[in-house]
Amino acid sequence: MFNSISQNLNPFWVIVNKEISDTVRSWRFLIMLGLIVLTCMGSLYTALDDFSKAIKTRDPEDTFFFLKLFTHTDGTLPSFIVFITFLGPLLGISMGFDSINSEQNKGTLSRILAQPIYRDFLLNAKFIAAIVVLSVLFFALSLLVLGFGLLFVGIPPTPEEFLRIVIFSVVSIVYVSFWLNLAILFSVKFKQAATSALAGISIWLFFSIFYSMIVNLIAKGLAPSVFVSERQMVAFQRFIQNIMRINPGQLFNDATTSLLMPTVRSLGPLTTEQMSGAIPSPLPLGQSLMLVWPQATALIAGTIVFFAITYQMFMRREIRSR
Amino acid sequence: MSEPIIQLIDLTKKYDEFTAVDHLNLTVDKGEIFGLLGPNGAGKSTSILMMLGLTEPSSGEVYVCGINSTTNPIEVKTKVGYLPEDVGFYDDRTGLENLVYTAKLNGFSSKLAYEKAKELMSRVGLAEQINKKTGKYSKGMRQRLGLADVLIKDPEVIILDEPTSGIDPKGVQEFLNLIVELRNEHRISVLFSSHNLHQVQQVCNRVGIFVEGKLLAEGDIESLSRQLFTHGMYLIELGLNEKSLPHNETDDAIWLEKLLKPIEGVQKVMKSDGLFQVECSHDIAPAISKRIVEQGLGLNFLNRKEYGLDAIYNRYFEGG
Repeated sequence: MFNSISQNLNPFWVIVNKEISDTVRSWRFLIMLGLIVLTCMGSLYTALDDFSKAIKTRDPEDTFFFLKLFTHTDGTLPSFIVFITFLGPLLGISMGFDSINSEQNKGTLSRILAQPIYRDFLLNAKFIAAIVVLSVLFFALSLLVLGFGLLFVGIPPTPEEFLRIVIFSVVSIVYVSFWLNLAILFSVKFKQAATSALAGISIWLFFSIFYSMIVNLIAKGLAPSVFVSERQMVAFQRFIQNIMRINPGQLFNDATTSLLMPTVRSLGPLTTEQMSGAIPSPLPLGQSLMLVWPQATALIAGTIVFFAITYQMFMRREIRSR
Repeated sequence: MSEPIIQLIDLTKKYDEFTAVDHLNLTVDKGEIFGLLGPNGAGKSTSILMMLGLTEPSSGEVYVCGINSTTNPIEVKTKVGYLPEDVGFYDDRTGLENLVYTAKLNGFSSKLAYEKAKELMSRVGLAEQINKKTGKYSKGMRQRLGLADVLIKDPEVIILDEPTSGIDPKGVQEFLNLIVELRNEHRISVLFSSHNLHQVQQVCNRVGIFVEGKLLAEGDIESLSRQLFTHGMYLIELGLNEKSLPHNETDDAIWLEKLLKPIEGVQKVMKSDGLFQVECSHDIAPAISKRIVEQGLGLNFLNRKEYGLDAIYNRYFEGG
């Protein structure tokens, strides 16, 4: 049974194979890869450079100094997670923006769909291929950072740290695949690859630059006076934070922050009442996971929604040559 | 005894208000080369897309190899090879890699895929270009690679949609010969869609003329002309001696029509520029001249014109 499968690959995996080899050979992926590896190394360097200072103070965070490799910065360069928040969407968009429309424009779409394969194979295979490449990339990056940390610091990470880093990688993959699916959606919607790329990039720019400005404007307009009750103040903060969370980058940031900084106990505002009596110890992994669960779910849900829309648009469309 | 391989039953495709294919009924028999002849925008490609399940009909049914293309497109696509107009390949891959990919999508093992791809590429005359990237192929080479691509799955039917558009005349000739040869070697049925009459005439056993979503006529070239020449396949121009005419311009034609009625095959008589034009279903020039002479009329001039397929083509397709 296994033999026959390995000899006659299922058409689905044939497409996945081809897409993976296409992706890793393509210039734009290599450029994105170079960009990400470069920034990753840069932020790792600044983190390591400043590391002695970072772990000098005897606070409970010290036990998780490996995680600091991802979050710590001396101010010259943003930390690793900030780079991922910023560049991840660009990576996703660059991998997906022309997946369907370029095949249409090259005239290969109708030729491929005239083969005995289900139409969704093409869509699913392109998605899976991108996920495979992304997974390899992110795990390789995280392990690389770990490895360098090991070399320079000389202390191995604890199992919990390692697990946190693995989960961080998974969340990063989900975050990038959210943007990937948005890009694939545009590639089905728009006939021109340039249009779909611009659409993707403009949404990315909107969320990474303008969205926080707009939210700040709203916040300024709605800000209650300093004399309101604490309850009202908290409600206002919650409201603003929830608006911020429409931004997938914010969700990712929340999620990674609580994963990589175990001392973060809540992502919302906490009153002094709530804090009183709390032991200033880091949260265990399970609790951190509970904290990021809504964020992770929202990202996954967004990914699925985009995928469903894409699917609906693609499945019943007429496939003309060129 | 012929066995239908493609059957279209009352097939209709509407885009909003526009009807691309209008209650089309068509049967292609096993083993024949059927030519779908029609101008651009006649609905040829749309019909073909419906045969492959690449678009859904608004109403009606399509059966290819006895399988419903709308509900079971996958099964149909294992048996049908489709060469779209202006076929595209992955330009950064070699011709061989492109073919192997198609073969693998059809479930061939890697080894078999390479064997078949190499064999077919040399068969269509691309042995030299096996390891050349398809981006560097000429238009004619691409179409030949397309033919190999279509044949790699061992199809029962191949559907070629305007396969010769954009190739030079010599290339077209080679391509058409290749189609006929491959048809004979692989014992397959071919549906050949084209707007070029001469190419269709050259390779097809049977032709369907397709205009504005409707099939005007269908059959071999001979029966086709019989069907289409309801206005007469031959046109005989007559110049009669002025003295023998009844001299009232408008009724001249009616007068002559009455006169010629007894001859079988006369369909219509018109007059233009002093000449009479007699449309008839077959060549009856001798009978007409005999009749006129018998009636004591002076015959100055007689010219027989035969309508070729060209004439029909022009009449129907170019609004002539």
